[in-house]
Amino acid sequence: MVQQGEVVGAEALRRRQRDIGDPAFAGAVWITAAGAVLTLALLIALLLHDAWPAIRRYGFGFFVHSTWDPVFEQFGAASFIYGTIVTSLIALILAAPIGIAAALFIVEYAPRWLREPVAFSIEMLAAIPSIVYGLWGLFVLVPVMRNGVEPALQAVLGPIPVLNRLVAGPPIGLDLLTGGVILAIMILPTVMAVSREVILAVPDLQREGMFALGATKWEMIRYAVLPYARAGMIGAAMLGLARALGETMAVTLVVGNSTTQIRASLFTPGYTIASAIANQFTEADKAIYFSALMNLALVLLLVALLINLLARLLVFRFVRSPAGVRV
Amino acid sequence: MSQVITRRTFLRRALAVGVSTPALAGLLAACGGGSATPTPTMGASTAASPTAAKSPTAAMMTTPTTSSAATTAASPAASMTATTASGGTATTVRITGPYTGEAKALTGAGSTFAAPLYTKWSSEYEKLTGVKINYQSIGSGGGIKSLQDMTVDFGATDAPMTDEQMQQAKGGPILHIPTALGGVVLTYNIPELEGKDPLKFTPETLAGIFLGTITKWNDPKLVADNPALANINKPIVVVHRSDGSGTTFILVSYLAAVSADWKSKVGVGTSVNWPVGIGGKGSEGVSGAVKQNPYSIGYVELIYALQNKIAYGMVKNKAGNFVTASLDTVTAAAAGASKSMPADLRAIIVNADGANAYPISGFTWILAYQNMQDQAKAIALTRYLWWGLTDGQQYHKDLGYAPLAPEVTALALQKVRQITVNGQPAFPGK
Repeated sequence: MVQQGEVVGAEALRRRQRDIGDPAFAGAVWITAAGAVLTLALLIALLLHDAWPAIRRYGFGFFVHSTWDPVFEQFGAASFIYGTIVTSLIALILAAPIGIAAALFIVEYAPRWLREPVAFSIEMLAAIPSIVYGLWGLFVLVPVMRNGVEPALQAVLGPIPVLNRLVAGPPIGLDLLTGGVILAIMILPTVMAVSREVILAVPDLQREGMFALGATKWEMIRYAVLPYARAGMIGAAMLGLARALGETMAVTLVVGNSTTQIRASLFTPGYTIASAIANQFTEADKAIYFSALMNLALVLLLVALLINLLARLLVFRFVRSPAGVRV
Repeated sequence: MSQVITRRTFLRRALAVGVSTPALAGLLAACGGGSATPTPTMGASTAASPTAAKSPTAAMMTTPTTSSAATTAASPAASMTATTASGGTATTVRITGPYTGEAKALTGAGSTFAAPLYTKWSSEYEKLTGVKINYQSIGSGGGIKSLQDMTVDFGATDAPMTDEQMQQAKGGPILHIPTALGGVVLTYNIPELEGKDPLKFTPETLAGIFLGTITKWNDPKLVADNPALANINKPIVVVHRSDGSGTTFILVSYLAAVSADWKSKVGVGTSVNWPVGIGGKGSEGVSGAVKQNPYSIGYVELIYALQNKIAYGMVKNKAGNFVTASLDTVTAAAAGASKSMPADLRAIIVNADGANAYPISGFTWILAYQNMQDQAKAIALTRYLWWGLTDGQQYHKDLGYAPLAPEVTALALQKVRQITVNGQPAFPGK
């Protein structure tokens, strides 16, 4: 306290300014942060409010029944939930390794002049509107899947027990697998861009240290880069997954939009939650129909929340294990 | 002409005295150039006046039983007008330019099916009158909701509003004003039949295919009318719309009309629980899926098929003839159905009478409140509707819509005359 009195003019002024500035800035960031949280809270409140008639009428059955009949007012979301999870998982399984490998290539292998063009072209994928993906999917990808990929998969997996269940039935091209593939292409730039940043953030000292120990390039990546970047790469994959869960237009055009069956086969026409909402929202003319769609939106939010929590757990587990140790 | 004016002055005098009878005005106006027949007018006013002096037509709408009774009394007169003097009504009153006191902008929302037509109307009408019509094609369901909440001046739909929906409207009774017709055609992909004669479908085979009871192209029921299918031993891939749609509504209305099974198991709506098949988003989604999947069948709007040169099958109509969908055969369906038109014009005209009527046809409607609050908007809206139903019909064929049959136009114009503001007819008559 005594020292404060000794502070000379300019210093005192600066301190006083800080006295006003600090709380003002703190207040401002508080408000913006609260705004973000409040928006989410309002969103959930609105969804709950609008979904309430459906929740009250269908209760838990909404999650387990797969009949979706607007005419006779039977609403069950099981096939939508199934379709959403399956297509998103396919997307994740395809996009995560490719995205991470592409990022590794760009950072560790590509000659300097090639880095930017490759990264730029992959990131350009993110700028394409999803309806364009959808139409491309419908007119280009679907025939390729039906005539090429799906028969080939049947030939390869057909004789294997269990796995052949995944490829049963006639290949139509408009199915869960195609939906997953189009999603994979769409989330690839997200996974790649974030992974690249994470890999770039690995200190060069680590790399040089590995080389100094006589490691090959692969060993350097395996023991110095990947462990360090692992948490970030999982984060990248989860960001991609989040996008896949909510993607609407492109999937709608290629997924088949059918709720008639839930089967193990990836060649079954399916339906996703986001597609269902996009398809039916404009024509939801009955109050309970509208409410059921709102309930679907709430379910999508729940699924996204669950997956986010899972991702957090994964990241948490990996971050706690010491870097470089095989886990 | 002079007759019309005298009748209007009479009307104005009557209103000044305090006899507010919009229904009377509507009927008188609808009788247009025809002979003044006092009998139906009397009937309508006596039915209406004791219940609600301010807005008798409102009372008629909210109670369906009285409404149907009152309007069946009125409809013979109306259809008489339609047949005798329909051309007269259209020509005596024409919208030729701006009108003082009308709103300079209107908003509407709804049907995507009719959006190209309303967009064309908007641009032509703005050139003519300077009134800007802002139409958003958000889908029929959205149009109905917007009108119920009164966030738009008019709605547009391909499926008529249900009684329940009409009751939920915040602004009172709603009028259905048909503006155009659409047909739904069946498009299929059978490589062996490419370039050959179109397939012939009957009510039984169509219901069977969409219910999933007919699963192969060489089903005897299909082969009976189409010998070319005898050797096509392939499963039928059904493609339907995944989004809620007026197109779906017309098709399933037809299927419900011809098949008791469809009616009880699936029912009618803008989206239904399809027993079989895969869903394509929008007409392009359906036609894309059909194009790519050999041995598939789907349905699209006639307009879409015409514009994209998609081949489609013939359908057996109520008269027993196989009819190819075209603007003429769709209009013929409306003409065939006009005799049994319900008073509120919420008509489903599938499987209509008439030797040449294409059976999978339907109206698209503009929805408006019968009793409007804002005078300027009411004037603008009624004039816009009037123009659309008369001069606006010339744009239909170029855009691929079937124009209304004259009988129906007359009934629709009558509805425009019924729109009131503060208890008085809103349409200024020019």
